[in-house]
Amino acid sequence: MKALKTLAAALAAATMLVQPIAASAGELKFWTWRAEDKAVYLDFFKDFNVKNPDVKITFEAFEPQNYPTVLSTAMAGDKGPDVMMVRAYGAFEALAKPGYLLELNESNVPGITKFPEASLKGETLRSDGKIYAVPFSTQTMLVIYNTELFAKAGVKPPETWDELVEVCKKLKAAGITPFANGTATAWQNETIVSALLSSQLGKQFEADIVSGKADFTDKRFVDALGRLNDLAKADYLAPSFSGIDYPTMQQLFSSGQAAMFAGGSFELAPFLKANPALKMDVFASPVLKKGDERLVGLYLDGGFAVNAKSANKADGIKLVNYFASKQFGDKFANTLGNLSPVPGVQFTDPMLGKVAELNKQNMSYLMLVHFRYQEPSGSVLLQSGVQKMLAGKATPAETGAEITKGIATYYAPFKK
Amino acid sequence: MADLEWPVGRRIWVATLIVPPLAFMTAFVVMPILSAFVYAFYHWEGLKRVDFVGLKNFTDVLLHEPWAPVTWRAFSHNVMVFVVLMLIQNGVGFLLAYALSRQLPGHRFHRVAVFLPVILSSVIVALVWKQFLHPVFGLFNKVLSLAGFGTFTTPWLGLSETALWALTLVNAWHWVGFPTLVFLAGIQRIPPDIIEAGRIDGVNEWQLVSKIIWPLVAPSATVTFILLFIGAFNWFELPYLMAGVEGSPYGSTDVLGLYFYRTAFGNQSSGAQDFGHGSALAVMMFLFVAVISAIWTVRLRRREIEIA
Repeated sequence: MKALKTLAAALAAATMLVQPIAASAGELKFWTWRAEDKAVYLDFFKDFNVKNPDVKITFEAFEPQNYPTVLSTAMAGDKGPDVMMVRAYGAFEALAKPGYLLELNESNVPGITKFPEASLKGETLRSDGKIYAVPFSTQTMLVIYNTELFAKAGVKPPETWDELVEVCKKLKAAGITPFANGTATAWQNETIVSALLSSQLGKQFEADIVSGKADFTDKRFVDALGRLNDLAKADYLAPSFSGIDYPTMQQLFSSGQAAMFAGGSFELAPFLKANPALKMDVFASPVLKKGDERLVGLYLDGGFAVNAKSANKADGIKLVNYFASKQFGDKFANTLGNLSPVPGVQFTDPMLGKVAELNKQNMSYLMLVHFRYQEPSGSVLLQSGVQKMLAGKATPAETGAEITKGIATYYAPFKK
Repeated sequence: MADLEWPVGRRIWVATLIVPPLAFMTAFVVMPILSAFVYAFYHWEGLKRVDFVGLKNFTDVLLHEPWAPVTWRAFSHNVMVFVVLMLIQNGVGFLLAYALSRQLPGHRFHRVAVFLPVILSSVIVALVWKQFLHPVFGLFNKVLSLAGFGTFTTPWLGLSETALWALTLVNAWHWVGFPTLVFLAGIQRIPPDIIEAGRIDGVNEWQLVSKIIWPLVAPSATVTFILLFIGAFNWFELPYLMAGVEGSPYGSTDVLGLYFYRTAFGNQSSGAQDFGHGSALAVMMFLFVAVISAIWTVRLRRREIEIA
């Protein structure tokens, strides 16, 4: 028995040792999934400390894939950070809904309502309409192209879909793979739809989907998928595209083996890093006929939130106020190459400026913004649906019907 | 009550030997299994337990849209993988073991070569084979082309018809050394005079293998069959590493392990973490594997006695 007691005592002592010490006034724990940005963040904190010299911030980063799990586990056990990066939309709601995050409004973060509506939507809980995080960057779905390969084939960035098909034809004739895109990595089947088809779908389609006037069997959606399918059938995607995964796609484009990459603005920095000599530019998804509105797909990446149970809320609120300032926005955009939604941010990088310009005409990155709240998420359905369609195993109409059927299991407007 | 006669020192010694592993097993094996049982009966919001819902999570994943079709598709893939691995992993393992037991020239080298992949981590195996099977840069398609079979080259992991079989074959390559080793040990335990006697009586090679060796390695078969069964129905690492958590392409490599993982923990493409349905899946996988392997073990043990 004595041995047992000793053991118990030792166990208790060990548990006490691993108990974290709650942050006291003047100390903030900051969590993120961006380990690679640590140096820049330490620099941000220095800026923050100019006006708030008494606050000591510790930076902790976690692996992106596991971040939501780590964070929600910590929050559920009252061991979370004081200030943290949170994702947007569904993943954000998983944290906000149980009440882990502090509500932000004009009284504690003056100016927050001046942020672009599209970015605030990502950090607003749909059930109470309140904001819980300061948005930090948006991502844009568009087409990135290699200007040298375009010049070599004698083609210009297309405006209409027919022009795009013509461009692909000429590139192919010049021995250049038109698109680096492949379908082996599931989520790349969602990005390609938004990057290439947004202008054809249009804002009205998005509004109709949200109001329930239309579902994914709508002609606009099915026809757009059909045109994407024709691109694949004409061999304008990567060779053996069904086996081409995301890293290979990136390699094909950054090494100059393919002329276009339909994807996210977050690819720009890695492309340049992989090949600093790469000459590239961007264009928004082509329109069906001249005069139609040209759109990119847009979504919010995430935001900065304060723990509702933090022992040091006052300093936490000061920090997110700094994150909402133009001083931070400018530096965040121009050192990390991100599209900060802070009102009035100036982009020094011309490419970033161009993407910001394209962002003015946008529709949502549809499934993430509207249908990533429940299972099966619209994203999962679209990804596997498009993957299957491009493999020749389903027609565009069947794909639209399958997506509608999946979402209808929880989305009332689709239940007919 | 013999233990009352033990001196105190000995009792403490025994306690220190038993208690730490017992505490460890309780904390990290028994408790998680029990808590998964409890979790499965609740509705969850993120990591917050909300309402007690009885058996709803179980009936959902077995009978109702949108869960049930995915559950049964994943289950059927597990069954196919199990059947194929029985043939090519355990079957080839037995043949290799027999070949190695003949002690032909070079058998020492081959014994090591066959077992070598087993000691590799799944991450390495997945990475290497993903490169081999790559449609553009991959060795596999290049070799096929060079050998004049260019028409057979295909994106093995990208087609729904081939992806699951490619993964199964990679798994067999990775693990074939294990049944080989177990069968080899079994064969080497057979007294040589039995085989000698058979040879003197003039049995041919096939009769020797099927009528003498196979029945005598029944205990080895029990071990390899049961372990393969457990492995096939808990299969996760290789599909996760090579096909992704969605079982790409479009669910053709989806297995129960992947389905459980993305239901419970969510992934980049679905915000929702659903511990209720995830736990229900985990509990049913556990019960299925435990019950079937228990029944099958009893039957295989009986078979060992019958045919020995």
